[in-house]
Amino acid sequence: MVKTVTCTIDGVSVTVPQNTSILEAARGVGIRIPTLCYLKDLNEIAACRVCLVEIEGIHKLVASCNNHVWDGMVVHTNSPRVREARRTNVELILSQHNCDCPYCVRSGNCELQRLANDLGLSHLDYHKELPASRWDVKFPLIRDASKCIKCMRCIQVCDKVQSLNVWDVCNTGSRTTVDVSGGRTIRESDCSLCGQCITHCPVGALRARDDTQRAFAALNDPETITVVQIAPAVRAAWGESLGLPREKATVERLVAALRRMGFDYIFDTDFSADLTIMEEGSEFLERLQNRDRHPWPMFTSCCPGWVRFLKSQYPDMVENLSTAKSPMQMFGAVAKSYFAELLQVDPKKLFCLSVMPCVAKKAECDIPVMNDAGAGPDVDLSLTTREIDRMIRAEHIDVTALGEEPFDSPLGTASGAGVIFGATGGVMEAALRTAYHLVTGENPSPDAFRDVRGLEGWKEATFEIAGTPIRVAVASGLGNARRLVDAIRAGKVQYDFVEIMACPGGCAGGGGQPIHEAQELAGVRGDVLYGLDRVNHLRFSHENPSIQRLYGDYLMRPLSHRAHQLLHTDHTAWEMPLSPKLRK
Amino acid sequence: MSRLEFYSTSGSQAVVETLYRDLEHRIVASPPGLCPVDLAAAFLKLCHAQTCGKCVPCRVGLRQLQLLIDDVLNGDATLETLDFIETTAQVIADSADCAIGYEAAEMVLKGIRGFRDDYESHVTTGRCTCNLDQPVPCVAQCPAGVDIPGYVALVAAGRYADAVRLIRKDNPFPGACGRVCEHPCESRCRRNMIEGAVNIRGLKRYAVDHAGVVPPPPCAPATGKTVAIVGGGPSGLSAAYYLSLMGHKVTVYESRHQLGGMLRYGIPSYRLPREELQKDIDAILATGVEVHLDTQVGRDIDLGELSRRFDAVYISIGAHTDKKVGIEGEGSRGVVSAVEMLRAIGDGTMPDFTGKNVVVIGGGNVAMDCCRSAVRLGAKTVSVAYRRRQQDMTALAEEVEGALAEGVEMLTLMAPVRIEADEEENAVALWVQPQRTGAIDRAGRPRPEPANEPERRIPADIVIVAIGQNIELKALEDAGVPIHRGTIAALPSGGVENKRGIFAGGDCVTGPATAIKAIAAGKVAAANIDEYLGFEHEITVDVQIPMAYLGERPSCGRSELPMEKAYERKQGFECIECGFTPEVARQEAGRCLRCDHFGFGVFKGGRAKTW
Repeated sequence: MVKTVTCTIDGVSVTVPQNTSILEAARGVGIRIPTLCYLKDLNEIAACRVCLVEIEGIHKLVASCNNHVWDGMVVHTNSPRVREARRTNVELILSQHNCDCPYCVRSGNCELQRLANDLGLSHLDYHKELPASRWDVKFPLIRDASKCIKCMRCIQVCDKVQSLNVWDVCNTGSRTTVDVSGGRTIRESDCSLCGQCITHCPVGALRARDDTQRAFAALNDPETITVVQIAPAVRAAWGESLGLPREKATVERLVAALRRMGFDYIFDTDFSADLTIMEEGSEFLERLQNRDRHPWPMFTSCCPGWVRFLKSQYPDMVENLSTAKSPMQMFGAVAKSYFAELLQVDPKKLFCLSVMPCVAKKAECDIPVMNDAGAGPDVDLSLTTREIDRMIRAEHIDVTALGEEPFDSPLGTASGAGVIFGATGGVMEAALRTAYHLVTGENPSPDAFRDVRGLEGWKEATFEIAGTPIRVAVASGLGNARRLVDAIRAGKVQYDFVEIMACPGGCAGGGGQPIHEAQELAGVRGDVLYGLDRVNHLRFSHENPSIQRLYGDYLMRPLSHRAHQLLHTDHTAWEMPLSPKLRK
Repeated sequence: MSRLEFYSTSGSQAVVETLYRDLEHRIVASPPGLCPVDLAAAFLKLCHAQTCGKCVPCRVGLRQLQLLIDDVLNGDATLETLDFIETTAQVIADSADCAIGYEAAEMVLKGIRGFRDDYESHVTTGRCTCNLDQPVPCVAQCPAGVDIPGYVALVAAGRYADAVRLIRKDNPFPGACGRVCEHPCESRCRRNMIEGAVNIRGLKRYAVDHAGVVPPPPCAPATGKTVAIVGGGPSGLSAAYYLSLMGHKVTVYESRHQLGGMLRYGIPSYRLPREELQKDIDAILATGVEVHLDTQVGRDIDLGELSRRFDAVYISIGAHTDKKVGIEGEGSRGVVSAVEMLRAIGDGTMPDFTGKNVVVIGGGNVAMDCCRSAVRLGAKTVSVAYRRRQQDMTALAEEVEGALAEGVEMLTLMAPVRIEADEEENAVALWVQPQRTGAIDRAGRPRPEPANEPERRIPADIVIVAIGQNIELKALEDAGVPIHRGTIAALPSGGVENKRGIFAGGDCVTGPATAIKAIAAGKVAAANIDEYLGFEHEITVDVQIPMAYLGERPSCGRSELPMEKAYERKQGFECIECGFTPEVARQEAGRCLRCDHFGFGVFKGGRAKTW
């Protein structure tokens, strides 16, 4: 039995379990105390002093986010003292905030802007003092010190969820701010580029590099053939910031929007996810047959945040990564080789774009060795879901008025196994479906491996394929990944195949997805993807006819020489800064 | 109009006087990890407010320095700016008319030369090199990182056994530390900003006094690994306790007849009652530690053999040999070292000083232990000969005051010259050279210089030399343990370079230091030995810390632990310090500002639940 306490908030009697914060107790009865730095369970540090309340019998105003209710507590959330303090504190925050809102990426989706509006602020009596920002704006992750409100959420999410400690507080007094920890620049840091700090930033201090103008430039060039691919998880989220209800925000409607924008070929990363399964599944079976020649377990390699993490935190385990490229990179390599041949054009005329739920993809496509088709970078540009939404808005496309349109052919055909790549456990499930077929020659039930679904941070299961038990594990969120890898290294757990995605919940919760205040939508979006898998008449990557044709006409078979050349990579061929813990 | 007027403080001046006091308090409570350049800028502004405005360098120059340092802080400076700051400050130091100007410039110079790397970091990277790892001042100052706000809150809540369990997570000597810890935790207590530090040690003692017997937590499953601990003092026993909790089999080798090290053989029982020490030791041994007494490494057992027989070895032999003062007559009968005397007392062998004139040489805590013990051993007169001033003594002020109250005379500014002996080689007097105070040394104490006065004779049948201890390193050196300047050269991890599996810590590494530092070294060694043995055991405790009180914290002065009456207490070796009454303990615990909950502590580093 949980002990409960009863208190009174703004005249309403509230009974809640012991150790409930005043803030949550109030929310429970529909009283929304304004907050700014607060993020439930992650950042309850009473820093912004916006959630202050007055408690009868207590002289000082009290932060409601990190103080608990007690029996008989009488709380006033809008007393004159509270109103004045809240208003003053928001004004003080604004005195240090760059309010160039019209050209801020978070304009209209900014917690500070909303709060200032809610409080009816119309002028600022304080001196405005903005810190200068020093940042390498070519890096995929950009921090603008003049917009930072020092809520510390970025530090908390990087420390507590992702275990990378990239951010830290620096300087003192009014010059206190957040910067890369240990005196490093962001480029020198072991940032995975997961982008979780961006999606948890209440304002526009953290953002992904905006590449929309490069995309428009490619669209504007009549000599360039634009080939765009849409990642699985994008279809579960792209409509959120355009006001489309989830059932209307289908990928077919997104295809229509991109076609309206003028992209020449609109393809599906789900297709190359199927291709990844063919290669990675075959590689796994090859490793199983030659157990002694490989380190174990095999790690998935489709998440660039995870690859960056592994290279920086456990450089001695890079060989455990599958050599298969990510679906995005496989797509680029195939587009600039096979597809260019089909079009009978010089692959250099192709400009390959991707729409990804991800910030790390911007770095992945810039890896110097990702140019195997011999026509410059295999993927020229990677856009986030947020960027494609911005482009749609910039083009004044009314998505509600658009119909649904199919992907182009042939790289637009995909199975349900490909679409679940966007959710944690999906790569593993898709790989096992095909591995089972490769070993036994028969298809398993498509849902035979569903035990690896779900939002739990670290899942494990053992499946039997032709009498061989396959021990698998799935983790999402880099803190969970670290726990899992540490357990492997300590010999506490043994697995054969491990899937890791850097963002909690997988790409559905990716750092490039639309941002919603205090909501984690990975679960809802993941459900959309599993729903799409269920209704797809293709449930197995190896049954995708476009994949079969690609192998038949061009690649021969999985792991063939050409497949190796185009679809696999050497993860050691590029440098990633090491974790400071390893540098010591 | 009167010809003269009697000066009286105006109203506003009186308020400024109180603000001076507040500022002093605030500086005392300065948290760790502050930006030195930001502080230098703030100090300079204060200095400039003291300027009368008559002279150019001070009136204008200090302002220009402020603007230049602000440029540095704002990221608007170049490396040339730093040179410009330095040359300008040098001119002000050279040309200001009075100390208000030239001392202010000296402060700037001290900074720009002393932490130039930080200035440069501001210029080149736009940020400070400082780092706030542990923002809770008391926890940051405690070498062992004990969760002080946690146990103070538990004392306030009357949960004394929980308080002891919480303390033991980081320090297995709550009883001993409640009596004799030098309480660095109190030095920067935020309550200093208001009126004075919380009496943390007093509250620790209160918790221990009222907790009853608190058994140690159960040990982790046996690992099959063995660890030998050389030296059963606070460091060795702390390591033994945590390693045992982690499931390793620990054996302690102690050269003396009893465990406790300097806690027993250095600290007299009137400060640390033996039964209190024994309670701590009993709890440590209850985890299953095996002990071999009267076994000295190098004499009875060989280090090489230990490292062959055990998976790891921790050397914590302390600093137990005496330092000689090096004056004529030191070999006379009646001249004893502090170590020798306190060791005998530790084993219950009490020297008889009845009717004797005793002089102690030294000004540290050990000197105070010696002189106060001498009083209790029946000496006719006891004095302390010290070459500096009383305020320069390294002994805790309360120890000096205690000694004075018990009738010890402090003969300050007296440097020992020689010991006079009679024909039978018995000491009869200590000759000293009077000193005068000289220039301030690096540590901020004035250096003593010989005064132009004749030597003086202090009658002395017993001369106790208490000027420090050395470490008995011969056996270790022979076994190949690296030695540096008279101490074992150990890494910050406790590991010894080129000696896999051998760790060292405590006084034998740091030189004579405090009990809590030795305990912290034992804790560090335990963690790193565990890791060396291939484990990642976590030490933690399941104690819910009470919620912070949200109400007013009205002004309330610090309470001190009461003492027994000086006349009575000096009659014997009974404990001289009394605990708090429940009323005072509650009041004192309520003074804690809960920096773990309010301020930065709730965000970062405030509470390490496991290590």
